[in-house]
Amino acid sequence: MGELLRCDNLCKTFGSTRALDRLSLSIESGKIIGLLGPNGAGKTTLIKIVNGLLQPSLGEVLIDGKHPGVDTKPLVSYLPDVNYLNNWMTVEQIVNMFADFYDDFRPDLAFDMISRLGVDRKQRLKSLSKGNKEKVCLILVMSRNAKLYVLDEPIAGVDPATRDYIISTIINNYNPEASVLISTHLISDIESILDEVIFIKEGRVVLHDTVDHIREEHQMSVDDLFREVFKW
Amino acid sequence: MDWRLDKKRPICPQICEKLCVLIASGELNAGDRLMSVRDVALNAGVTPNTVQKSFEQLEQQGVIFSKRGSGWYVSENIGIAKEVLNSLIRSKTVNYLNDMQALGLDKKEIIEIIKEFRYG
Repeated sequence: MGELLRCDNLCKTFGSTRALDRLSLSIESGKIIGLLGPNGAGKTTLIKIVNGLLQPSLGEVLIDGKHPGVDTKPLVSYLPDVNYLNNWMTVEQIVNMFADFYDDFRPDLAFDMISRLGVDRKQRLKSLSKGNKEKVCLILVMSRNAKLYVLDEPIAGVDPATRDYIISTIINNYNPEASVLISTHLISDIESILDEVIFIKEGRVVLHDTVDHIREEHQMSVDDLFREVFKW
Repeated sequence: MDWRLDKKRPICPQICEKLCVLIASGELNAGDRLMSVRDVALNAGVTPNTVQKSFEQLEQQGVIFSKRGSGWYVSENIGIAKEVLNSLIRSKTVNYLNDMQALGLDKKEIIEIIKEFRYG
């Protein structure tokens, strides 16, 4: 199990706002990791830096030894927190577009999961419900054969059945060579599928541990611990 | 099998317990093939790594063994699984008795209630 993602002393400021404050962390391959923190803790900023969409003000990010950029795009499969796909495109067109973009994309797998979802591949994205749109986006991201999957709030705003669908999609596509980083603040829903959790608060890592160790040490669920750490 | 887990306790020992119950209660017999790591993970909604760890712990205790490329099997030695089942039965009984005592019942009254109670 090698080191897959490393952040050293990462800082990011927006004007006078400090979104990340000397944040350091290390993630191994083969793990499902929760990136947990309240709103405004810096989760999305960190994820955007890892994906090369933002430049850190200070510090360094290495993904499999490489700086975020052209070389890391094939390694990282990213689900943003907002829908970025063209609404006028059909599901089929989007799958084909992903196949054009990414060498590691498996269109058969994507079509298979989409048909099991009961979505017609000729349907336009704009005709899908919010939940189905989110599921299609997740299917696209999980159909790549990447080393690191970064999912920004994949379960926010979906019903419990959809949430279970998303969780089983993540488990089903789990690959021991790859890691999945999931950001969320809905911890109780997903804590059992996580190997490790990282709590961030005001741009810093306040805790990085395995779920089982947390439960053993504190005799409480990660969700309960989260409420205690972030009590105010 | 009910795969619901207690959120306050570590997941790995809970998966071990569930599998021991399956074996000790006779749902799985010596030589039977276990569900795959992925199937257990999907049913219980936990990460495959945790299930793998649980299987390895049970292997160390001699409850199950793995065949290369073929999966996991129940071993002949189900004594440990039986012990796990017995200690679960004991602790659940103790919990029940404590609850009933807190409601003001003595042992005799509890036994009467159990006798009158119909299953299902």
